[in-house]
Amino acid sequence: MMNKLVKSRLFWPLIALIVLLLFNAIFTKNFFSIQIVDGHLYGNIIDILKNVAPLALLAIGMTMVIATGGIDISVGSVVAISGALACSIIDDRMKIFGNGLITALVIALISGIICGIWNGILVAKVKIQPVVATLILMTAGRGIAQLITKGKIVTINSAAMVNEYYFIGAGYLLGIPFAVFIVLIALIIVLIFVKRTAFGLFLESLGTNNRSSHLAGIKVDKLILITYVVSGFMAALAGILISSNIKGADCNNAGLFIELDAILAVAIGGNSLNGGRFSITSSIVGALVIQCLTTTVYALGVQPQIISLVKAIVIIAICLFQSNQFREAVFGCFNHSKKSKNLLSKKGAQIS
Amino acid sequence: MINSVLKKNFSIIITICLFLALFIIGSFTYKGFSNAQVFLNLFVDNAYLIVVAVGMTFVLISGGIDISVGSVVAFVCMFSADLLQKGWNPLMVMVLSLVIGTFGGYIMGYMIHYYGVQPFIATLAGQFLYRGICYVISTESISITDPTYSFIANYQIKLAPKMYLSLSVVIAILMVIIATIVLKYTKFGRNIYAVGGNEKSAGLMGLPVARIKIGVYALSGFCAALGGIVFSFYTLSGYGLQNIGLEMDAIASAVIGGTLLTGGVGTVIGSMFGVLIQGVIQTIIIFQGNLSSWWTKVAVAALLCLFVVLQRVIETRGQQVKHVKVPRKEATISK
Amino acid sequence: MAIEPLLTMRKICKDFPGVKALTDVNFTLRAGEIHALLGENGAGKSTLIKVLTGVEKLDDGQIELNGEGILAKNPKHAQALGISTVYQEVNLCANLSVAENIFIGREPKKNGLIDWKTINTRTKELLKKLNIDIDVSQILGQYSVAIQQMIAIARAIDIDAKVLILDEPTSSLDTTECEKLFAVMRQLRSEGIGIVFVTHFLDQVYAVSDRITILRNGQLVGEFLAEKLPKIELIGKMIGKDYDTLSQTIKNSNDDKNTDKKIFLRAEKASSIGNIEAFTLDIKKSEVLGLAGLLGSGRSETARVIFGADKLSTGEIVINGKKETLNRPLDAIKKGIAYCPEDRKTDGILGNLSIRENIILALQAKYGLFKFIGHKEQEEIADRYIKLLEIKTPSREQLIKNLSGGNQQKVILARWLATNPDLLILDEPTRGIDVGTKAEIQKLVVQLADEGMAVIFISSEMDEMIRCCSRMAVFSEKQKLGEIQGDEISEQEIMKMIAGGK
Repeated sequence: MMNKLVKSRLFWPLIALIVLLLFNAIFTKNFFSIQIVDGHLYGNIIDILKNVAPLALLAIGMTMVIATGGIDISVGSVVAISGALACSIIDDRMKIFGNGLITALVIALISGIICGIWNGILVAKVKIQPVVATLILMTAGRGIAQLITKGKIVTINSAAMVNEYYFIGAGYLLGIPFAVFIVLIALIIVLIFVKRTAFGLFLESLGTNNRSSHLAGIKVDKLILITYVVSGFMAALAGILISSNIKGADCNNAGLFIELDAILAVAIGGNSLNGGRFSITSSIVGALVIQCLTTTVYALGVQPQIISLVKAIVIIAICLFQSNQFREAVFGCFNHSKKSKNLLSKKGAQIS
Repeated sequence: MINSVLKKNFSIIITICLFLALFIIGSFTYKGFSNAQVFLNLFVDNAYLIVVAVGMTFVLISGGIDISVGSVVAFVCMFSADLLQKGWNPLMVMVLSLVIGTFGGYIMGYMIHYYGVQPFIATLAGQFLYRGICYVISTESISITDPTYSFIANYQIKLAPKMYLSLSVVIAILMVIIATIVLKYTKFGRNIYAVGGNEKSAGLMGLPVARIKIGVYALSGFCAALGGIVFSFYTLSGYGLQNIGLEMDAIASAVIGGTLLTGGVGTVIGSMFGVLIQGVIQTIIIFQGNLSSWWTKVAVAALLCLFVVLQRVIETRGQQVKHVKVPRKEATISK
Repeated sequence: MAIEPLLTMRKICKDFPGVKALTDVNFTLRAGEIHALLGENGAGKSTLIKVLTGVEKLDDGQIELNGEGILAKNPKHAQALGISTVYQEVNLCANLSVAENIFIGREPKKNGLIDWKTINTRTKELLKKLNIDIDVSQILGQYSVAIQQMIAIARAIDIDAKVLILDEPTSSLDTTECEKLFAVMRQLRSEGIGIVFVTHFLDQVYAVSDRITILRNGQLVGEFLAEKLPKIELIGKMIGKDYDTLSQTIKNSNDDKNTDKKIFLRAEKASSIGNIEAFTLDIKKSEVLGLAGLLGSGRSETARVIFGADKLSTGEIVINGKKETLNRPLDAIKKGIAYCPEDRKTDGILGNLSIRENIILALQAKYGLFKFIGHKEQEEIADRYIKLLEIKTPSREQLIKNLSGGNQQKVILARWLATNPDLLILDEPTRGIDVGTKAEIQKLVVQLADEGMAVIFISSEMDEMIRCCSRMAVFSEKQKLGEIQGDEISEQEIMKMIAGGK
């Protein structure tokens, strides 16, 4: 029975989330209080939901990429590129495309798709190791973003569409942060695609064994390409949210190290980092756990730097726990005494 | 004879040619480029990267990868700066840095070999940890004012009136020489090539696979820490947000230098030239004046991409050519 | 020839989850003797070797070398004890030079550094003994598999071995190279080394062996002097009673000749660079066509070309009279072709997925991304085949990696049968499977052909193929040599064709 509980993918991340929430309920004043201010909901919980949005989007894409046995460490740079493009267009710095809001959003999202196609081709067609392939974009990408903004931090306060743009990341619809809607819509679309078509099955199959899946007729290359494109798209969307929140594009800091958070979210969600079976909802819960952790640390007044250290320890712990050999080495010790007893009695029977 | 020498060292020759070509292009395009000191500065400015690339080469030859090296360098700088500020003995600080770097590498290697954690995940976790500790030490930059460090940093080995090298270059060149000897003339070195070429066979041939795999990561940790010390001589400060993306530079240097990402092939001299190529590109961009220094990163990324794709193309072509039919000898039926 | 036993293995037992690999097996090797170890796939030969060399831990039993009890902890330890092994797959490092492959792990040193000059010289001398004259400083990967195999043997010989185990050493050697190998083996025998010769080529057994040990179903059948055991008895002891009953049923269906069998697929001068040279092959409905040949002869490659897993370099594939382009397995599946790969572990099963998912996978791939097979329908399909093929499992949601080899193979078969193929290609379907399941699969193959399916059958066990196939295409060195049918089919005829090949 214990085995089955542990194996259910949503179990542990939910426990982690509940523990964090309970902790806050006890130690943080008014953690769960929700007030209505200016016609929209306001409170710690609402903040968490709003702030987790970019990470949640990344987690959706990253889950699928990791499920194929790969990884995408370029998402942070795609976030920077997307923000740089969107802001540059809105602020009328790039004279090519005009300065419409829709144009800016579309171009930014397309840039994410292009980045995803680039990564996907390197991994699926040229068959370069995912970590190196995405490492290339990770470094070059931030450089490209800097070149778009000509090395400056772009602020769009004086742009025509600044308020509309700001609404995307920081506005409220029906009292709830608009960002939450974006995440929910993205999540629902992706989930429908994963569960109601053969996509989920094919992905789990090719993450388990690439060659067998190919010989069984699965279009492995195309599917891998799709996962990187989705990851790139989500990163671009997250980039819009992030830059919208600060009404500008800061290429040095936008999305810096966010790929680590995304990978951590996927791992906390109980997904194996080696690929195979996956659950996107668990990764979202993982993202919530990370966001909750950050909020808790701030609320407690502890040094925020501790968060990085805690994240590091958590990912190491998860890696070890996911390893069969580690579990055997640690828990095998307890079974050892039982085993040798059995062996002795068996040997005795044979000699006689 | 010349033919076989050419064949065996094919990739290093390509790398050296690329380096010379770039340097010559720079000399023709910009005034003052062909100055001897400009050439020497390639070593002075990139000594730390040479050291890190040496360690990375070992790991790549063994078939693994280490993306924690950038954060190790940053950590060592921060760590040293903090302790020196508190009055610790500089030699003690250096030794401690090396020990921590080596130990960290050992742990990652252990996790990779014995617990089956994928190399990029284990070293990614290492990256998390080292950066995390950096921020805990301080979120701001700390200067190093220790006299020993300042002395080493400013010491110039005068080769000629207007030509000098720094002590760091000596360290870097020494590392390259030692590493080349180890890789060519010691059992440890040769075993690394074997494990990288075919780990299963290496095990069946009785080679100590565990020791090799863990050893290279410990070595990479050592080199990264040493690179960190060298970098701290160069910048005389520690800052948590520095050296982001250094691992790509190291990997790019090794790959451009002829190391195969799939393992089993590579040389440290090639990696050194890979570093120098990056240095030349950076120098060209600085001389150009108008281009942002970000262009260097983009150029290096593009080169890495090109070389990796080329490696793949050569690999797939090679597999096809290998199965050319060997003509049968006269068969005598004897059962 | 010495008489005292050099190596004694007594009452060796080894279990794997679900399979008793070895039960109370005894094996004795004398110094200065070539001792053949025989048995069908799954009989326990490899496991016995693995236990001796420390690759696997034995569960029970004793091993003695020169009268002293030993237990090898790993291959390196076994080597140190004096037991050297040469495996079927060349276990060397293709990226290192020939000389280095021979000396790695025990390089001679000069002044603390590796002495490359000595390594190259000694290697050249060593290879001269084997009549091999090549540039030893070149990368091993440049040479053919046969040469690489010889290098592997040279390495084993150079390490002071008392016991030399040769595990299927001739699978990729032609007749001349085999003779060279036998000459070396005889020489080593005269030097007092004990050689364990694992092979399934029975004529080679009689060419060099002094004694023969036969295993079946993980148990010892017996140890015999080669000159006192006629070949027919040998075969009988290897496969047991099943042979007679099975050959009866097969004989009946083989009786009706290939009259008017429709051609399903024709490969016309098809080739794939580096894999298989141009061949022309007709595949007919209601027929079991066998592809015979040694390891590396190109049989699997032929199958892969027909299945679209390897690209066609020249020629064309015509299916039911229409020319088709098969760029990937999915194209072939859509045209009604199914392929059960040789290595089910790396190319067949999806270990962490359930039996149900493994079974419906190819069918789902055929339907594509958007025509999703509903959960209920998936369960029905899975249950149907679990029943039909008698797959032993507590539930359809059981992970396939937890099943025995035989049941795993059945699941893969089910996967392909579910796609309702017109052509089913089986590549080593009975490898590593218990004898009971083997017989079931062979019966199934014949039955499918009777019901109208075209079947291609590839197996390294000649007897199995002769039992099931009504027509055989013979391959050697990546070339199709020719075909034989009906009564012509015999092991001698096949070996004659391979030996006399171009």
